[in-house]
Amino acid sequence: MIGPLDPRDVPSSAIDAVADAFERMEEVKAGREGLNLILWTDRVRAAQAARTCQRDIDAGREGGVLAGVPYVAKDNIATTELPTSCGSRMLENYVSAFEATAITRLRNAGAILVGKSNCDEFAMGSSTEYSAFGPARNPHDPCRVPGGSSGGSAGAVAADIVRFALGSETGGSVRQPAAFCGIVGVKPTYGRVSRYGLVAFASSLDQIGVFGRTVNDAAIVMEVIAGLDPHDATTSDAPVPRYRDAEERGVEGMVIGRPKEYFPPSLDPRIAALCDRALERMRAQGATVREISLPTTDLAIPVYYIVAPAEASSNLARFDGVRYGLRVRGGTLRDMYDRTRSAGFGPEVTRRILLGTYVLSAGYYDAYYKKAQEVRALIAGEFRRTFASGVDLIFTPTTPSVAFKHGAKSDPYEMYLNDIFTVTANLAGIPGISVPIGRLDGLPVGGQLMAAHFDEMAMFRGAYALERALGAEAHR
Amino acid sequence: MAVSREDLLHVASLARLALDEESIPRLVRELNGILEHMEVLRKVDTSGVTGAAGVGDAGMPLREDGGPPYPLAHARETFAPEMRDGFFLVPRLATHEDASESVE
Repeated sequence: MIGPLDPRDVPSSAIDAVADAFERMEEVKAGREGLNLILWTDRVRAAQAARTCQRDIDAGREGGVLAGVPYVAKDNIATTELPTSCGSRMLENYVSAFEATAITRLRNAGAILVGKSNCDEFAMGSSTEYSAFGPARNPHDPCRVPGGSSGGSAGAVAADIVRFALGSETGGSVRQPAAFCGIVGVKPTYGRVSRYGLVAFASSLDQIGVFGRTVNDAAIVMEVIAGLDPHDATTSDAPVPRYRDAEERGVEGMVIGRPKEYFPPSLDPRIAALCDRALERMRAQGATVREISLPTTDLAIPVYYIVAPAEASSNLARFDGVRYGLRVRGGTLRDMYDRTRSAGFGPEVTRRILLGTYVLSAGYYDAYYKKAQEVRALIAGEFRRTFASGVDLIFTPTTPSVAFKHGAKSDPYEMYLNDIFTVTANLAGIPGISVPIGRLDGLPVGGQLMAAHFDEMAMFRGAYALERALGAEAHR
Repeated sequence: MAVSREDLLHVASLARLALDEESIPRLVRELNGILEHMEVLRKVDTSGVTGAAGVGDAGMPLREDGGPPYPLAHARETFAPEMRDGFFLVPRLATHEDASESVE
């Protein structure tokens, strides 16, 4: 028997599991000409890994909690056997010389990487339309986006190619696509999962996250990848609990906050109704629902779109044609820098680098960047006080709408507003999870649970309870 | 605090980006459109706010300023655009006319 992600329907062998994943990729047309969810695969290598894994299992050797379970990873997570392009021409065909800690831990637990998934270029976007390799499509409706920036990973889980996938979060890039694709998406506390090998976008916000078909799948993967890493000085040495134990504990006695700012009059009333149904179900399981207020919510998008581009403009300075990736020749070093970066970066990345450089430049630093950092501290303080006041979880919609159609958001700021309910957790550094809570016009809707720093256990208690209480209603 | 064409060109130069002439008006318009939404932050009273957001005592414990080795799975030559004798090769600086011509 291969790894016990939800054991109800696991294939009988690692070899079958990996073969099934590739067959499913073909069936749903997951490649460039179809849904465009998967950018890079190596079937021969994955099959070899599956045979090795199965030999170990057959010989009775301990195979690890994910033994033989195939998965995909977002293309901004470094792997030594498949390219890590970050959805960018700048790194097209680049194969990393080292791999992310999360990838190493998954391999040690027996999981088998079967592909790298499409994403917005350098994870900058909310729709996976900004990939240099073309837009990804939502398996529920190919005319619509899968969300982003981790849209390929979310789509791969939603299309039943894999049971789980890795994504990355800077402002909601796991939770938002999870909501759009009708699956579970986890953003851990900042410092809970190593960022080593995650190509940096905004270092004070970035975290590797997990997509799962179920809460249990996501909980198991989180147990594997979380914890202290000597390669990432921002990881915490706090012990990693057995998140699966959250299922038994339920939500009885928990206080769940419903912040009024996440339910504005402009919110689609049908999404608000699905959220209130979800809250009602948790109340029926013994939780108390409390109306709360987080008045700084409206400030989160302006703060985020100063802090994140500022950090990005610094992090992406490394792509200059010298050590790796694209080089466009120039007569002088300076010419080479300018030509390489202009040819390698797409429009959204260019826009954010310019914005970030502007807010950090002399004369504007105090007005924009310093001010944004101060307001960020206010936002984080508000969450801290809320959790200290006895609120265990905060429940909100994950997104203000269902998945939108390709090309529907042409104005950059309109696209940024997609992150309105998710960026706050990144700014505050707290964990969040998106869980399916129903459908609207046949398209998935997600509900978000946020918890205090390093209290993923509370987050999973709520998520398990919500999943159990809604049952099949979460997907219809 | 509107972004002018000159501001944009200055910032692009700082960011080592060469912009197409036709993209400049669009980028000026887009940056101004985005920054307009940031003006709301000016009205927020942040007097007395110090430090940035963090995850508290549980995150980022003090540790020795060192770390494990970083072994490379592939040699630098496999991913570097151009190397010679173990060094990354770059074009000449504008002020050094006699540098290697091999990468021109």
